[in-house]
This record gives sequence, structure tokens and C-alpha cells, in this order.
Amino acid sequence: MNKFQDYAHLIRVAAVFLLGAIAFVAVRAAILPKSFGRYGYYRGDALQEITSRLVAYAGHQQCEGCHPDVLEVKAKGVHAHVNCESCHGPLAKHAEDPSAVKPVLPNVATLCVRCHSENIAKPSGFPQVDAKEHAQGQLCNTCHQPHSPGFEAGGKK
Amino acid sequence: MNRRQILLLLPAAAIAWDFVLAGTPEEAPNYNAMDHWWGMLLDITKCIGCGSCVQACAKENDVPDGYFRTWVERYHVDDWHIESPVVDSPDGGKEGFPQSELKGGKNFFVPKLCNHCVDSPCTQVCPVGATFHTADGVVLIDYNYCLGCRYCIQACPYGCRFFHPTRHTAEKCTLCYHRITKGLTTACCEVCPTGARQLADLKNPNDPIQAFLKTHAVQVLKPHLATGAKMFYNGLDGSVR
Amino acid sequence: MDGFMYPNEVELQWSVLIVLYPFLTGLVAGAFILASLERVFRVEAVKPTYRLALLTALAFLIVAPLPLQLHLGHPERSLEMYLTPHRASAMAMFGFVYLWYLMAVLLLEIWLDYRRDIVLLAENSTGWKRRLYGILTLGSYNISPGALHVDERAGWIITLIGIPSAFLLHGYVGFIFGSVKANPWWSTPLMPVVFLFSAMVSGIALVLLMYMATSALRKKAIDMNCLDTIAKYLFYIFVIDFTLEMLDLIHRIYEADESFRSLDFMMHSRLFFSQIVLQIFVGTITPLVLLALMQLIKFSDVIRKRVYAVMALLTMIGIFAMRWNVVIGGQLFSKSFLGYTTYKMDFVAKEGLLPAIILMILPFVILYVLIKILPPWQADNGADPPASGFGKPEMLPEQAANHV
Repeated sequence: MNKFQDYAHLIRVAAVFLLGAIAFVAVRAAILPKSFGRYGYYRGDALQEITSRLVAYAGHQQCEGCHPDVLEVKAKGVHAHVNCESCHGPLAKHAEDPSAVKPVLPNVATLCVRCHSENIAKPSGFPQVDAKEHAQGQLCNTCHQPHSPGFEAGGKK
Repeated sequence: MNRRQILLLLPAAAIAWDFVLAGTPEEAPNYNAMDHWWGMLLDITKCIGCGSCVQACAKENDVPDGYFRTWVERYHVDDWHIESPVVDSPDGGKEGFPQSELKGGKNFFVPKLCNHCVDSPCTQVCPVGATFHTADGVVLIDYNYCLGCRYCIQACPYGCRFFHPTRHTAEKCTLCYHRITKGLTTACCEVCPTGARQLADLKNPNDPIQAFLKTHAVQVLKPHLATGAKMFYNGLDGSVR
Repeated sequence: MDGFMYPNEVELQWSVLIVLYPFLTGLVAGAFILASLERVFRVEAVKPTYRLALLTALAFLIVAPLPLQLHLGHPERSLEMYLTPHRASAMAMFGFVYLWYLMAVLLLEIWLDYRRDIVLLAENSTGWKRRLYGILTLGSYNISPGALHVDERAGWIITLIGIPSAFLLHGYVGFIFGSVKANPWWSTPLMPVVFLFSAMVSGIALVLLMYMATSALRKKAIDMNCLDTIAKYLFYIFVIDFTLEMLDLIHRIYEADESFRSLDFMMHSRLFFSQIVLQIFVGTITPLVLLALMQLIKFSDVIRKRVYAVMALLTMIGIFAMRWNVVIGGQLFSKSFLGYTTYKMDFVAKEGLLPAIILMILPFVILYVLIKILPPWQADNGADPPASGFGKPEMLPEQAANHV
């Protein structure tokens, strides 16, 4: 038995390791998120957490549902493909409850120049002006109908 | 386990497998991820650098100031020197761009965002599985699982990830997953006034972008890194980094 | 910021703490390799440093995860690395490699080597010390020649396994950087190898310094043969390390790919002091020249001791600079290759210079405690362990008879 006794302390070490391994497996089973691995190597519940976020922009189809008159004017002009919230900002809350949430009209002084101030990097065919020269101190919507600003389509005020 | 038990298990396993593949988020019960494969077309010939996309993204997704899920760069290329463009992106292009001092040459805007790569290096390096691919090709981050080690931010070749200053996790463009799973388009595509950004469902045979991709010369950023990027650029110049 | 950077790139993500982490694990790996030189390769001359090297490795290994914990955005979630390690990620290896190395290699080897001393100390101490050593015995008081022979064999096997384990402990850190294709400063297959060899250099230099320091504090004569042998191995490994780093540099300059101009400019501007001055001249070439001189010309003991001490200090500064240049350097340039940013290191902040300094000092504090609990030298007469033994305290005949 001498031989075995000389190895006994190594058995004790192995026992410590084994206990550690068992403890690890137990702790893991207890705290591993249940949805992990459901769809792939990630926590499945994360998908729901991400998709449950509220939208801020309603999307132009929602606007057009209640404002077909504006859509009619826009459809004939050069701003036909400029979506409503591009100028009017995020309006999902307004679309949800139109009377409770009143949208604020955009500030014309800073809105139009964002797209139309001239810049060497803009595509050459795109309508751009030196705002000061062109406007001569007046607001853009003095002469241009914002929903259909081109004069050919009858957008002149 | 005997043969009878296996035969009984097989259909159960098949159903379970379907469920696994479906990736159906509870919030959008009509949405089946397996029916979609998301990408985007970015048309350099149409971008006017207005920065509406950057603003809209920030408002839709509560992006903190100074950090960008999407941004616009302006390039100036003198003559044929495509190896040394002059590039700027003031505040990510959020308020547009001031008129440039540089004259002549080739000038254009390049909008950038997460490329939702098929073989993304970012998901490869995440040590815990906090960033992942969905079945419909979107790369997302699990904010309640991310450790904040920032390895993914280092691994992204495009600089589209950042460290959220208050949430202390990695953060990036989600392709407005909460919108596209409800049939809406992304916030950036919604507000783009010129159609320079258009969401594409590459599994939808009626998607106009699919047709566009088949008939135009398009590129992805850093193709030599073989990331499988799905943001396609029309009219991309060789100087673009 | 100079030039153009992608907007999200301007702020650095990995701070001085991430510089410190590979430095610390490098010291662990290097100290262990020196210890294994003696145990596995039977280089008798370095025996006086065997136990000291192991305790040094342990002290630094205990501190190693701390810079990472301070860096994480959510350190409370770090357990996830054990729950759901993403096998594609080199970083996911950290938890397991660390645990393996700590438990199955280092602690086990130290325990096996010290077991006889622990048992004797358990029997001869009183009060809380008796309890401490009692726990450390794991309940086994068998220090018969048979048992000690088993310890010796087991220790040899553990050390043998420990060498590739040490390589893995530090090599995977090199792979974490080397496998990032997005970053051309990091992405090279040489990275794990360079990390490993520079780790060995720094670890050996550390043990050399610790040996000289502890000998001076204990007012004991330094075994010059031991010191010369350590310096000799340091020289060989340093030559390999330098060769690898120069190979990387020459290859970059020759191929001059799209990243080259940007990296070259960065090295000559922002990284000039830390790379050219500190890492290359002060930290590599100077120690190499000094070491070569010591090999070629037989200087007096006094001169050799002084030169070795200076050389080891410069080496450690150089290897720290190397980690800095890799980690910080890799984040100073834009991935567009059109611009650069600066690293704003705070002093008193979670990831600032002060925590880094504290974490550099902490291992020495821990080492002091370890030396007190597990003295590397003979307890009775305080002499250094003889070349033939493992520094075990002498046992009285009646004690030997009782231990079966």
C-alpha cells in the first residue's frame, strides 16, 4: 500500500479539480440565459428587445393616408420623391395621435439651403444656388411652393 | 435510443429546426426572416451631402452626439491622383458641408454605414456572442450581453462601430431592424431627398434595386478584405477608402 | 486629429491598460520559461532562480486580469466568457487558457515543488500560520522519499505541459492582434511569435533583476555563474526577437502596400520617441550590444553585475514600449490611411495612467507576500539552495522517520 499512499496527495488535487468542474457546470446551468442559442450563437431574446423599439419616423405612406391633397400637389412637381419627413422631421407620434401631437413647421431659413446651397461636390445637374445672392434676404417660400417648388409645374407663388 | 424513438423525434426535430431558422421576433408576427435578405444601394451620382440621413438616423435611434451610425464623407480628387484624395466629414456631415475652398478636380459625397457583411470580421471576434447575424442578413448587437471589450470595434475595417458613452457597449447601425421588420424602410432611406440611399431586399424578385444591381457597375468598400459587404455603391470612384 | 479619419475612429478604444495586459502576461510566460529551462532542460546553473521565477510568474498572473476588468464596459458580465465562449474569437480563449495556466500549471507546479516545505511549516508553525499551511497541504502530510519522488516526476510533467501552455497564454494575445485584417499594423502572422519572444526576453530580464534585488536585500552573494547563464539565454532569445521584428519592418518597407505610407509617416512622427528611441535604440540595440560585449570580453564581477542590471532595466522598458507601439500605434492612424489621431491618456481615470502604475506595482507587493508565505530559500540557515537540491529545508532524522 506504500505505492498508493505516495500518490494519495495527487488524488486529493484531482478531487479539488473535479469539485471545481462540477461547481462550474452547476453555476453555468443556473445563470446561462435560457434563450441563448435559440436562433444562433446569441441570446434569442435580443431580437425581440431590438425590434420592440418605437419608430420615430412614420414613413411617407402613413402621411399620404391622411394628407392626399399634399400628395397631389407634390406628385406633379420636382419634390415628388422627397418624402414628407425629410423636411418635416420625425412624425410617428403625430401619425399615432394627430390631434394630440401637432407637428412644428420646419424653419425655412435653414431647411432649404441644407440641400440647395451650392457646393462643388454636389452632382452638377442638381439645382443649387448661392443662397444669399439668390434669395436677396427673402425666405425661400416667398416665391417657391415648398411641396412643388419648380415654376414649370406651377410652383410659383 | 431505439428506432421507434428516433422516428418519433424526427418530425419534432424538423419543426424545431424550422423554428430555429425562422428567427421570428415576437414583435412582428407577420415577419419571417427567412423571406428576406437585406442590403442597400448607395448612389454616389445622386448624393448631395445634405446630411439628412445622418440627422434622421440620430433621431430614430438616439445616437449620441459625436458618434455616428452613418455619416457622409466628401472627396476631392485632383486630376488622376486617386491615391491621395482630400477627404472631410465635418461632424459626420450631419449639418451638411460648407462650400469647399478647393477648386477643380473631382468632387463627390460618399455616404457610409455598417455594411452588414456576410462574413463580418466583427461577429467573428466577439468573445461571447453579443454581436451576431440574423437570418435575414442584418448584423446586430445584444446590448444586454455585450461586455464592452471593444474587440469588434477594432475588427471592423470600415470604422462603423463605436463605443456608446453611457451604455458602455459597442454600438452601430442596425439597418433600423425595428423598422424593416415592420415593412417600413430605414430612417436614412426614408428621408434621403434624392434617392441616393435605397433599402434593398435581395430575396424579393420584385425589388427594383435587385434589377439595378444586375444592370449597373456597382462596388463594395474594401473588396480585397472579402467581408461580403452588402451595401452596394453605384458610381464609386477608385479614390474612395 | 490630422488629415481625415472615419468619424468613429478619432477616439482610441484600447488604452494603456490594454498595453499593460500583454506586458504582464508576457512577464508570466517569460519567467516560467526561465524556470522550465532548469526543470526540463536541466540547466543546473540557473537553479538559484527556479522558485523565485515561479513565484514571480504567479504574482504577475494574479494581477493580469485586473487591467482587463478595469477596461471592460461591463466587467460584471465577464463571466459570460466562461458561459458562452465564442469559439471563433481568440479573445474567448482568455478565460480558459488563464484558468488552465493558473490552476493546472503554475499553482500545481508550485505546490508540488513546495509541498515538503508546506508540510514542515504546517507542523512547526502556530496560530493562523499553522492553519494556513494546514489548508495548503490539502490534508496530505506524506513527505516520504517515495512521495517526494512522485512529486518530482509529476512536477516534471507539469513543467513540460507548462511550456506550450505558457506559449498559449501569451501567444493567443499576439493572435488577437495578428488576426485583425482590418488593421495593417497588427495583421501579420509574425505577431504571435514576436509577442512570445519579446515576452520571454522581458520575463527573463525580470527574473534576473529580481534575483539581483532579492540577493542584495538578503545580503547574500550572487551566484555569478547563474547570472551569466541567464544573461546568455537572454542574449540568444533577444537576438531571435530582434531578428523577427526587423524582418517585419524590412518586409513592410520592401512591399510598401497601400498602408505603408501612412504607417511610415506615423512611425516617424507620433511614434518616433516610443518606437525608434525607446523600443529600438534604448530597449533593444543597447541591451544587445551590452550583452554581446559581456559574452565576448571577460569583465570583472562588479562590472558585469552593473551592466546586467542596467541592461535588464532597459530591456523591460523596451518591451513595454513595444507593447505600447503595437496597441496604441495601431489606433493612431486611420483605416482610410489619410489621417492620424492622438492618444489622450488621463491620469486619474478608470483607464488612466494612475491605475496602470498601481497595477505595475501590485505584483511586487503580491510577490513580497508570496515570498513570506513560501520562502524560495532555505528557511533554517538562510543559505541559497545547493545546486543539487530544490531548496528544501533540512529535515531532522526523527521527522523523516515519522513521515511515511
